[in-house]
Amino acid sequence: MSEATAQTTAPAAASAAAVLAVPRSGWHVATVASTRRETPNAARIELEVDGWPGNAAGQHLDVRLTAPDGYTATRSYSIASSGTGTHVTLAVDKLPDGEVSPYLVDEVRAGDMLEVHGPLGAFFVWAPDAAAAGDPAADATRDTRPVQLIAGGSGVVPLFAMAAAHDAAEDPTPFRLLYSVRSPDDVYFADALRRLAAASASLQLDLVYTRRAPEGWPSPPARITRDVLEAAVIPAAERPRVFVCGSTGFVERVADWLVELGHDARSIRTERYGGT
Amino acid sequence: MQHVDGNALAGPLAEFFSFDMTTATARCNGCGAIGELARAMVYRSGAGTVVRCSACDHVLATLVETADRAWIGLSGISAIEVRRG
Ligand SMILES: Cc1cc2nc3c(=O)[nH]c(=O)nc-3n(C[C@H](O)[C@H](O)[C@H](O)COP(=O)(O)OP(=O)(O)OC[C@H]3O[C@@H](n4cnc5c(N)ncnc54)[C@H](O)[C@@H]3O)c2cc1C
Ligand SMILES: [Zn+2]
Repeated sequence: MSEATAQTTAPAAASAAAVLAVPRSGWHVATVASTRRETPNAARIELEVDGWPGNAAGQHLDVRLTAPDGYTATRSYSIASSGTGTHVTLAVDKLPDGEVSPYLVDEVRAGDMLEVHGPLGAFFVWAPDAAAAGDPAADATRDTRPVQLIAGGSGVVPLFAMAAAHDAAEDPTPFRLLYSVRSPDDVYFADALRRLAAASASLQLDLVYTRRAPEGWPSPPARITRDVLEAAVIPAAERPRVFVCGSTGFVERVADWLVELGHDARSIRTERYGGT
Repeated sequence: MQHVDGNALAGPLAEFFSFDMTTATARCNGCGAIGELARAMVYRSGAGTVVRCSACDHVLATLVETADRAWIGLSGISAIEVRRG
């Protein structure tokens, strides 16, 4: 993909500051505080993590499961929450023939313990503008470009963390989320997203339904196309920073179209979850 | 074979490096492209993990993890740069 050939330039000071703010990672014991159905096919899991140093919006952690015979399986999960404190929220989609996700979605109960490694990753991260947070020294280097988030299915998890952090910080950067879901029932964090998109207007939300749309929806259900993308993302001329997350196939289709639509590959950050 | 990207290396690489390596930039010695490790392509199997350049598919790095050791080969990377902020 063309984004990879991008020559690196000095990152904007704002993103360097964000990287420095990312806490060190380590292994921790997490206790499941609660779990609930997020969608018919996914669970929201609230963890209380002993020694968790806090995390930036967009980071993930690795969960390691160990069987009685010592066999281990490790998988990555994005963190839907951010900030200081030892509470961590995950949202996991169940793959029917998966090794780990059916366990996390159907079997894990409050009081269970999990081994987690994190917080991880400083690339797919958004942090509030230091200038807006009252640091006058950051004023000169402020990155005022708008932010476009693009999610497929469970790929919304880190992007929701970013949108929520943006809202909580009252950061003035314009934020827009394009979210592709199978049906209205499959929207993760539906209530919170509706609130972010309505009351405070800190987020512009565009939903695309791929299998079943709500009653009276203007267009029939269909996968995102290049035209839909062009119509629902901040135009390339406004030089948005773009974060794309979801299955590998979704992310690569979207990222390629964005470049065709004139977006600068260096401004596009992607996170692939696997699958096709 | 399906793949993910270099973001997924953050955990495994934390065993070798004391800071996040996914934002470090590496130069591919196949094609010379320079990019953050987070932008590389990552292929995982039971035998280990292969990291490939997303521009030319050249193998940048190989990781093998077992219960008692972790091993990394960086044969396809000619330089790594980390920013001090
Ligand atoms: C950085 C990162 C963050 C992630 N965050 C989340 C998250 O927040 N929520 C979440 O639900 N998942 C997330 N994932 C995906 C997660 O790590 C696992 O891959 C997923 O839960 C499947 O694991 P499994 O053991 O159930 O399936 P496996 O046993 O690993 O695979 C079962 C089958 O499903 C296929 N498959 C694997 N992954 C996917 C996929 N993503 N889509 C479609 N098919 C797939 C495999 O090829 C295989 O055929 C993330 C992945 C990465 C790399
Ligand atoms: Zn290369």
